Amino acid sequence: MRIKALTIRILRQIIRDKRSLGMLIVAPILVLTMLHLVFNGDSYIPKIGFVEVPDAIEENMDLGDAEITHYDNTHDAQVDLLSQEIDGYITLTSGVPSIYLEGSDPTVNGETLRWIQSTFASLQESLTEDLEVSYLHGSSEMGQFDYFGPVLLGFFVFFFVFIIAGVSFIRERTTGTLERLLSTPLRKWEIVSGYVIGFGIVTMIQSTIIAAYTIYVLDMMMEGSFFYLLLIILSLSFTALTLGILISSFANNELQMIQFIPVIVVPQVFFSGLFNLETISNWLSWIGPITPLYYAAEALRDVMVRGFGWNEIYMEICVLLGFSALFMILNILALRKYRKI
Amino acid sequence: MNNFCVSIKDVTKHFGKHVVLKNIHLDILEGEIFGLLGPSGAGKTTLVKELSGLDTPTSGENIVLGQTMPKLDVINRIGYMAQSDALYEDLSAKENLQFFSSLYGLKGMKLKERIQEVMKLVDLTEHVNKLVSDYSGGMKRRLSLAIALLHEPELLILDEPTVGIDPVLRKKIWDAFYQLNEQGTTIIVTTHVMDEAEKCDRLGLMRDGSLIAVGTPSELKQHTNSATIEEAFLVYGGDVDEN
Repeated sequence: MRIKALTIRILRQIIRDKRSLGMLIVAPILVLTMLHLVFNGDSYIPKIGFVEVPDAIEENMDLGDAEITHYDNTHDAQVDLLSQEIDGYITLTSGVPSIYLEGSDPTVNGETLRWIQSTFASLQESLTEDLEVSYLHGSSEMGQFDYFGPVLLGFFVFFFVFIIAGVSFIRERTTGTLERLLSTPLRKWEIVSGYVIGFGIVTMIQSTIIAAYTIYVLDMMMEGSFFYLLLIILSLSFTALTLGILISSFANNELQMIQFIPVIVVPQVFFSGLFNLETISNWLSWIGPITPLYYAAEALRDVMVRGFGWNEIYMEICVLLGFSALFMILNILALRKYRKI
Repeated sequence: MNNFCVSIKDVTKHFGKHVVLKNIHLDILEGEIFGLLGPSGAGKTTLVKELSGLDTPTSGENIVLGQTMPKLDVINRIGYMAQSDALYEDLSAKENLQFFSSLYGLKGMKLKERIQEVMKLVDLTEHVNKLVSDYSGGMKRRLSLAIALLHEPELLILDEPTVGIDPVLRKKIWDAFYQLNEQGTTIIVTTHVMDEAEKCDRLGLMRDGSLIAVGTPSELKQHTNSATIEEAFLVYGGDVDEN
């Protein structure tokens, strides 16, 4: 009854603040769209020079996906290489190909080399049949965005819920309404629960829209069930919410709340698998397992990329709910500052 | 009429080394309007917060409506209005009232009735659907009072209820207090305005965390041979440097 009243009040306030509500949904969609465009753009087409490559060989090669320029001598090729007209060139000295790369951009190097290798490999078809590559997870179409996507989805939910919940709790404190709430028979756990349910509903709607957009419009890989995805996101948002409220009790105003972002929110991104965790220095690697986003990202990836179900993700969900429960207890203890019972 | 509504027994409060309340003894009777008068920093707010259950004494005890505070079921019988208006500005007056009455367990017809009654009492009936952010300062103060009255409390604790309010409005608010008092509500009000003190049945004069005198306004004036409460206050040991 009292929790319901608190939930309705929070929902009313959020709905009335059209701009925050818009930001909650539009901002993540905007950023995810941009990242999609950046990471899933067309693959790079290498520009390659052929220096005196015999026609007989060239005819046997698959020259798609590259821009070929022909040169009569190495010198001309080198001039073009210097002015970055081409990314690399190939010469055949007594039947053995040698490759010369411009070399200043590692991505371009990789693409150029890959093209050359695959093209020349197809020449030696007499030796081996085409290698058939199969994937345990993902596919050859899987882009970087598909790998980042789940982490980013989790991150945005965490970030916005953390900020909005924290700021509204600070407002509750600074305007004196928290004191007024505590001068009513409302119990402390009821305050925290009302917040969790109110924001839980908002996050549910927010993450459904964002997840649906990334999956169906941006075509992010989605192997598992949408229901599990929402379950993970909901658990994560509870964690973000309870942590946001807890952190807000260490801030005296909205600006101080914002100052916690680089300390509490941003570091989690580094340990959530956006960067390869195995290359992190040993003395830092303990941080990952204590950040909520680490578990959420793992579970989201399990569902979205690996198509796993409940058996693989329940541990992560339990950990997230454990974090939430811990933060809720700490919140109730923190509220003792305002009323002992 | 002679039952104690509030008994403050040897209450002392420290914030670190700073002593805010020193050995306060005070009994407040059922059905009276009791004023706590003193300059800001005298400890009035701390004392009424303890009575409302929002703070606890370092030593001593506060017995409110027969029970040692803080107790949730006593809190349910107290109406508290803090110095700040404590309203949700992005909601309408009605939504604020609905929210707080649900916290007190009101619902359905009873809830609607009470909202109408309290808004009539504070003369805001025609502004009930306005957003609080569109309210003037005086209207917010009155709405805040209306919220404290929603659950028909037996004891009303008001911390500087008329601060920053013009004389006409102040009279209106005091008329509301008298009306509630006639219906049997005990009212504790803090103030640092001397003419407001005259309106109380009894007064407690506070200074630097101590209660320096208790009595009816006329008693206090008689004892000190003063014409005004202000003079009486000075005789009892406060030199009022404010206001």
